[in-house]
This record gives sequence, structure tokens and C-alpha cells, in this order.
Amino acid sequence: MTAVIEIPSALQRFVDNQRKIAVEGDTIQHAFEDLVGRFSALQQQIYDEKGQIRSFINIYVNDEDIRYGKYLETELKPGDVIQIVPSIAGGR
Amino acid sequence: MDYGTAQHLRVPQGMLGQSLTDLIGNTPLLRLSRVCPAGNVFAKAEWFNPGQSAKDRAAWKIIREAERAGKLGGGKVLLDSTSGNTGIAYAMIGAARGHPVRLCVPANVTPSRVKILKAYGAELILTDPTLSSDGAILKARELYRESPERYFYADQYSNENNWKAHFETTGPEIWAQSEARVTHFVATLGTAGTFVGASRYLKSRNPAIQVIEVQPDSPFHGLEGMKHMESSIVPALYDPKLADRKMVVRTEVAYRAVIDLARSEGLLCGVSAGAALAAARQVAEENPQGVVVTIFPDGGLKYLSEHFWDANL
Repeated sequence: MTAVIEIPSALQRFVDNQRKIAVEGDTIQHAFEDLVGRFSALQQQIYDEKGQIRSFINIYVNDEDIRYGKYLETELKPGDVIQIVPSIAGGR
Repeated sequence: MDYGTAQHLRVPQGMLGQSLTDLIGNTPLLRLSRVCPAGNVFAKAEWFNPGQSAKDRAAWKIIREAERAGKLGGGKVLLDSTSGNTGIAYAMIGAARGHPVRLCVPANVTPSRVKILKAYGAELILTDPTLSSDGAILKARELYRESPERYFYADQYSNENNWKAHFETTGPEIWAQSEARVTHFVATLGTAGTFVGASRYLKSRNPAIQVIEVQPDSPFHGLEGMKHMESSIVPALYDPKLADRKMVVRTEVAYRAVIDLARSEGLLCGVSAGAALAAARQVAEENPQGVVVTIFPDGGLKYLSEHFWDANL
């Protein structure tokens, strides 16, 4: 199963400056494992010390916030678009 | 004297009461004895400003000087990019002084920020959240290029009056409130206005004062208001040579410090205050005889929708 993760500009340096990456996995959890397995520098950017997705990261599938649904168990279909968005922005 | 009718209460403007902008600055310097028992840490409680953040100082200086120079007034629109607090300050002061305000804001700022800005009557243009504050900066520049005659482009990242506000107010307040005993000044970087202005003032009074800047540890972070300089559009007013020391803080460490402040000091603070405390506490522990002063840029009410309160960090 192939979906696409859109990489926010602040994370692109950890993935060879790519903006979109095709990932394998039938759930969000597996898609993220595939992504981090290929780009190990993302581990501490995406996960906290307890192995949980960091609390400020929001994940959207086709523009839907998955936090209030099945979250990491959300099932993926081919062609789904996943966005990683920090819940708040830097700057003033 | 008879004050019995409303007629008697009419006094010439400026004679009675205070204006909103009179309330900006002169914030308390709090002693933090419980979260840092091993050292002497003090914090400026900037949520005591009327717009509830340090940004009131810069926004008021920027607006005041623009009015004096004739760049603002007569219906000109104040334009800028902001992720929140400067926007709130512009919107508040703009409303109080009769200036329309138009702000470019990343779409992922906290919903309560958007509501506050709209409550003051500001017009918002939401920009691509994946581009963070840089997307908002680029949009504001584009709007200004399209019709420069319509706008006063306040440009908080480059406006010299941003850091001068802190040179004229925050720095002198710290000097006076610490009775000239401050040895270390610690501040987080956003526009860098607070750090640059207050540091320059304190160094002018005592060059031995150590000034320490604090940034997020990564370009990808959850510290609203703070900038990772290496990966961002660097504010023109930032002076990279000013700091005696540069520290970085991981998002979760700052969140933990915010929770500490709430539960051990009774202080509900914003996330950049957590980063400031984490760095200041380390400096104080390394310098137990020192007097470490930091800035808590805003309060915590705007951050209650964040998930870290429940995250068991």
C-alpha cells in the first residue's frame, strides 16, 4: 500500500530535502515506521523519549486531523496524502 | 465639592485616568524560589502588559514612531506578519488609536489566538502552515509590494524600534528591579528584539553582565514564538555576535518547565517561558552566587488547547 507523506519545510533537511515521500504501510503507524526506517534522523524529530509521537505534532490524512479518530491505527488507501504539521508555528 | 451630576465629571481629555498604552511596561520581576532552589532566578512577568505579552512594548514603540513620522494615520493600514503576540499587540493598540490592522498569520497558530485577533477587529490572512512563520513573512512582503501606498508595513523582524523598545524599557526595568545586581540575562529568540534591546542596555550599564540567547534545538519544534535561526529567515535586527553564550532547548524540556511553573510556583505561562526557565535554571545552577534574570514573554491561557498538559512528559 503506497501513500504519500508531505514533509514540512522544517523537516526537509532530515530527508535529503525532499518535499514528498512515498511510503509503504496499511496504517499511519506503519507508514511512519517505514519513513523513519529509511531516514533515521527523523526518529528524534517525530518521536519523544517514550517512543510516542511528539505532543505538538498533528497528523492529517487527506486534510482530516486523525487525532480524534483512530489516530495511528487510521487505515490508509493507495494515494492517500499524509501531512505532518506542528500544532503551533515559530516566529512572532 | 459637589460631584452630583454627570456634567461635573466631564474633565478635559488627559486629565483623569490612564490610557491603554500607559499600562505597557513596568512589569513585575518575580523571584522563582521553588523551581530553582539551587540558584537565584528572577523573571519578568510580561503577561502583566495589557495585551498580555512582551510584544506590547515593541508594537507600541513601532506604532508611536510611525505616527510621529506621519507613516501611520488617515486610514493607512498597519500590515505585518505574526504568529500571534505581536499581532495581538498591533490589533489592540490599533483599535485604541483608530488604525486598521491587517495581519498575515500561519494557519496553524492556536485557535484562541485567531479568535483574540478577530475580537480586536484585525483582518487576518492565513498562510500555509507547512511554511511556518516564513510563509507569513513572504505573504506580507508580497501584499506590500502590490500596493505600498495602502500600507504602513511595520515589519517587526527588521524594524529598529522593536529592539529600541526593549533598550528603553525592559533593560532599564531589569537594571532597577534587580538593584543593579543582575549578573546573567537569559532570553529566548523570536524576532530577537527583546534579547538585543535589553542586552545592549544591560551591557551599557555593566559590560561584565553575561547575556545568553535561547533557541529551539531543531528547526522542527513546538515552541510558539521562538525561532531556530539557522533554518529561518533571520530577522535583520538579530545580532549574532551579541550573546556571550547560546543555548538550545528541546520542546519537551520547555513543556515540562511550563508544567513546573504552574504546579510549583502557581504561574501559568506560555511555552517560550518554559524554554527561558529551562535555560535560566541551568545558568543559575552553574552560578549559584549569580543573579539570573530572564523574560517570561506571555501567560499560559492561550496554550490550554495544547496536548502537552496531558502528555505525561
